[in-house]
Amino acid sequence: MALKLDDNIFISQLDALASWVRKNSLWPMPFATACCGIELMSTASSRYDIARFGSEAMRFTPRQCDVMIVAGRVVMKMVPVMQRIWQQMSEPKWCISMGACASSGGVFDTYAVVQGIDRFIPVDVYVPGCPPRPEQLIRAVLDLQEKIQSTGTINAREFQKRTEFEGPKPLANLVDPADLIVTPGDYKSCTKISLN
Amino acid sequence: MNEQTQSVLDKYQGKYTPYTHLNDQYVSLTASESAEVLYDLLKSLKEEAGYDYLCDIAGVDYLTYPDAEDRYGVIYALVNTESGARLFVKAHANDPAPTLPSVYELWNGSNWMEREVYDMFGVTFQRHPDLRRILMPDEFVDYPLRKDYPLRGLGERHSMPSLTRAES
Repeated sequence: MALKLDDNIFISQLDALASWVRKNSLWPMPFATACCGIELMSTASSRYDIARFGSEAMRFTPRQCDVMIVAGRVVMKMVPVMQRIWQQMSEPKWCISMGACASSGGVFDTYAVVQGIDRFIPVDVYVPGCPPRPEQLIRAVLDLQEKIQSTGTINAREFQKRTEFEGPKPLANLVDPADLIVTPGDYKSCTKISLN
Repeated sequence: MNEQTQSVLDKYQGKYTPYTHLNDQYVSLTASESAEVLYDLLKSLKEEAGYDYLCDIAGVDYLTYPDAEDRYGVIYALVNTESGARLFVKAHANDPAPTLPSVYELWNGSNWMEREVYDMFGVTFQRHPDLRRILMPDEFVDYPLRKDYPLRGLGERHSMPSLTRAES
């Protein structure tokens, strides 16, 4: 039996409908710790106007946000804060790692700065740049919208599949033990090198 | 250097090495001299020579430094707020357990400065009222500004748990 529909009626899946609704109103949580935060602010300004893509409503409480934008370097002491804010955000939620420092530590390869937030929380979109231009952040939001549209489900089933750790392997496995400056092994014993 | 300063320093004759660097007056004490006279010297300088302001405390690690005798240096920058004169007292300490007397009772402002030197270099200040880390998290086990702390590598910065998407 052929279904006769009016011209303004469409048939879709509930997942696609939910994703379509969600992706056009991503409220960012600005976790801005450094200069990338300035670019994040200018992305919201009238010149670049992230409101064109539905992401202008920045909220400074994680409970009202959909996407956490980590902009800037994150130090050791800040990681528990970042993780708690991430956990306080309600589902569905996504994470954008903005800039070289958040994605990889950038130039700050020091004792306190973590080398990429993806070692501690799951990241959906990375934005390169130091700092990235507002256009790049807008591109990241558009990419995230595309990701949501293509993978999103109404009851957030797609997140349940991501049980594996998605970040890079621990740095200790990547370095050559012969390198004197680099100290492999577990962190409790690796912080001293012998100078005999 | 005025007369009062000189007379204070004369009391500790032989317990220090004076020198001048770029118009700044320095008084250097070796590790054994520091343990012996550092507190008394600073107290005399404050009470008798008018160095009433402790401007800064800085830590140095002289590991692999040419001709260095002691490993850790702790520099007290004193200012006479009457005359504007400055005097730098340089104390030293050594492994294992580098220790110096706290000057908290002379200048309460040394509280956080000594905590920072302790945090970064592991120099313990005896009789400090609240000696704990000030910059690094409490779980940190080493002292990052020591010269034998690795410049690269895993380090303690990655010792925290990770969250996967399914569990967060």
